[in-house]
Amino acid sequence: MSSVSIIGPALNGIIPVLCVTLAGLACMLAEAFRQRDERMPIGGLGVIGLCGAAVAVMLLWGRRAESFGVVRADDFGLFVQLVIIGVGLLTIVFSPKAIERDRLPAGEYYALLLFAVAGMMLMAVATDLLVIFLALEVFSLALYVLTGLRRHECASTEGAFKYFVLGGFASAFFLYGIAFTYGLVGSTHLDKVTSAVQAQALTGNPLLLVAMGLLLVGLAFKVAAVPFHMWTPDAYEAAPTVVTGFMSTAVKAAGFAVFARVVLLALEPLRAEWEPVIWVLAVCTMILGSVVGVAQTNLKRMLAYSSIAHGGYLLVALAAGGEMGRASILFYLVVYAITNVGAFAVLALLSTREAPMEHLDDYKGLWHSSPALAGLLTIFLLSLGGFPPTAGFVAKWYVFSAAVGAGQSGLAIIGVLTSVVSVFFYLRIVVMMYMSEKQEAAALPQLPGTALAALSLSAVALFYLGVFPTRLLDLAARSVAGMF
Amino acid sequence: MATDLLLFYLFGAIAAGASLLVVLGRNPMHSVLLLIVSFAALAAIYIGLEAPFAAVVQIIIYAGAIMVLFLFVVMLLNAHREDDAAPPAGVTSGPLRAGGVLAVLLVAELVWALRRAARGGDALLSAGPGADPAALQSVRALGNRLFTEHSLAFEVTSILIIVAMVGAVVLARRES
Repeated sequence: MSSVSIIGPALNGIIPVLCVTLAGLACMLAEAFRQRDERMPIGGLGVIGLCGAAVAVMLLWGRRAESFGVVRADDFGLFVQLVIIGVGLLTIVFSPKAIERDRLPAGEYYALLLFAVAGMMLMAVATDLLVIFLALEVFSLALYVLTGLRRHECASTEGAFKYFVLGGFASAFFLYGIAFTYGLVGSTHLDKVTSAVQAQALTGNPLLLVAMGLLLVGLAFKVAAVPFHMWTPDAYEAAPTVVTGFMSTAVKAAGFAVFARVVLLALEPLRAEWEPVIWVLAVCTMILGSVVGVAQTNLKRMLAYSSIAHGGYLLVALAAGGEMGRASILFYLVVYAITNVGAFAVLALLSTREAPMEHLDDYKGLWHSSPALAGLLTIFLLSLGGFPPTAGFVAKWYVFSAAVGAGQSGLAIIGVLTSVVSVFFYLRIVVMMYMSEKQEAAALPQLPGTALAALSLSAVALFYLGVFPTRLLDLAARSVAGMF
Repeated sequence: MATDLLLFYLFGAIAAGASLLVVLGRNPMHSVLLLIVSFAALAAIYIGLEAPFAAVVQIIIYAGAIMVLFLFVVMLLNAHREDDAAPPAGVTSGPLRAGGVLAVLLVAELVWALRRAARGGDALLSAGPGADPAALQSVRALGNRLFTEHSLAFEVTSILIIVAMVGAVVLARRES
């Protein structure tokens, strides 16, 4: 058999998570043994760990490995893990400049980033609510700290504190939901919950609805669904821009993986009860994200509202459910991850200590001073807005057609309308970059070649997926088929 | 039976007395130390109730970890004796009244709960499905489940604690 079986089949399911965790520990140790002022490629350790995890995921593909009875590495989970690994890799590639700019502690930064990735990856394959909760806490704690890492800035600390307090509150909701579930079912394992719900033993039990509601609140907070989004703009603005790109995408991937497992799998028989809730969440999230986004003048806040709105589209796919809805969640997550990480990375590359480049006006005439970054940002923004032939268009198309197919035409119509609204603020930036006169350009920072290459690759991938989406769509459809 | 009762009253008296002294004491450091005494007495009562796990957790978490935090806060804040800055007489009446109302409510709740328990047959007190009360109480059974069924959760918790420690150090250390 393959190299995977060396450690014993019982551990197979957690090997990808293990790789990333070990890389995180290695980063901590490397930092501890680093001499003062010694330069050390700590990020490289992270790249090694993430690549190892990616290889492990490929080897585990289709095997449905189970570990400890609480982890099931089915293709759905592995697919989400790949998305999270990809986001992690891109983030590490864009990180060195941000670390230098804000004088962040490199060792701790990479260690926390990798622990966050490990937590999210575990969350994507966990089948026990207790493990899901612990994984959620691992990445949440790491993200609170990463958000507040720019300690010399008051706004950063403020945003991190808000995120921490509200996040702790949401975790308590989620935990309370788990406690109720345990009280009803006698187990926190999702399979047991599924069979208990299917056996209809609990039908009409109000406590089941209480448990479901509490779990939904906790998850909705993590994926920044309205009305649990209050922390999002502040936290996204507070975090170093690269971290914002990371948390706005990877958290959504992990969160929607659990959403799909809990809502579409364990609680599917209760669809009549949760469907209206998800419906309202989706509508509020799409509308608020798009409409409030229009009024923003700070680019980071604007993209924060944009990612709230994109959470709404993912909720539409969740409400649609079924094979197509689940597959469209996966496809959307891939496209959204590439696009949003790319957009935030461009912002991060442009900003310097003297000129943070966060206001919209800073982008006037960017085309003249930095055509490459302006072009890349244009592609990412067009994909976020859902223009053909970028992948953003296909992703939205697929979500909305899943919604129509599931008889949720109302959601699809609202989705299309809010997309049109959001196009306004994406295009406004594009217009500013090209149409405005050249400003007295502040000296643009030196661009690292690897970052530029990664961005170009992302942009090419967006066009590729926009024109030839079938292969990825097939893969997504096949990996959700193995979920049951 | 008589010893049981005697010990219960003894530790109950210690817990109540220590708690009173915590509130009435003027020196915050004494208050914190007396709170430990109160927690320890509570733990002894738990043992008397045949709930050894609750007792151990009470000692480790409350009397141990949380009290260390309290002590650190008291020391870091350099809290002085309270009578150094005694508040004017009028200020205390508000909190006193609120505390009085809360005390009355708690006594009422206690009386209600005791009457209810005395009548027996309380549905809320019975354990849920799949929960064997005897197994839940035994430390050994808990340990067995923790290191077999929940071994992964146990290991993940250690990563969680590492993240928390790294995070605390990163955010709290002095900038070089």
